Amino acid sequence: MSGHVFHPGHAELHGITVVLETNGPLTYVGRYDSEDEHGVHMLDVGVHDAAAGDGSKDEYVRKSAKFGIRSNHKHLVVPAAVVAKITRLGSMA
Amino acid sequence: MPYNPALVAPMRAEMTRMGAKELMSAAEVDAAIGDQKGSMLVFVNSVCGCAAGNARPALSLALKHSVLPQHVVTVFAGQDLDAAARARQYFGDYQPSSPSIALLRDGEVVHFIHRHQIEGRVPQAIAADLAAAFDRFFGAAV
Repeated sequence: MSGHVFHPGHAELHGITVVLETNGPLTYVGRYDSEDEHGVHMLDVGVHDAAAGDGSKDEYVRKSAKFGIRSNHKHLVVPAAVVAKITRLGSMA
Repeated sequence: MPYNPALVAPMRAEMTRMGAKELMSAAEVDAAIGDQKGSMLVFVNSVCGCAAGNARPALSLALKHSVLPQHVVTVFAGQDLDAAARARQYFGDYQPSSPSIALLRDGEVVHFIHRHQIEGRVPQAIAADLAAAFDRFFGAAV
């Protein structure tokens, strides 16, 4: 029950909490699940909308790293065409 | 929906072997954490193999450190639903994640390790972070 557990057949980031930046105003923080023809599937996702006066993206990510993710989507698919960058949240803490 | 109890039994046993007290109901959580004085570690257990599979041995290693919390308790997220939900009510602004580890002093969270701070890290690295937190928050000079 202990030690490293790998997920054969899954993407490297499967199960990892990531920050997904888009080439638009939205930034997503949640668990990376998979990617297919529909886009990147994420679980337990919080969304920051820079166009909605939510404060800065950097502050949102910083708070997510410190206090955790205020999740408002159980499952969300981000179209691959809008994905700009995916980073492990743990590396940004 | 909770997992088959037989599946999670070894994960529970791993915690109790290292001396953690299992809290399986909201009442047990209130009795342990409510009005708590001194230092306490709350381990939110999880079936997630890639994170909890490293967090449990990390805690086991950290509990060999010279400075330790006075109490170590555990709730099982996704399994003992009421207990986990009640424990999270004591975590203030910290959002639910599992596995996760809360350090409390006199009932207040002084340090929190989220799932994203556990993922992809070896137990020794997580244990080193925990030991440093024990020194910082539970050391004699605190």
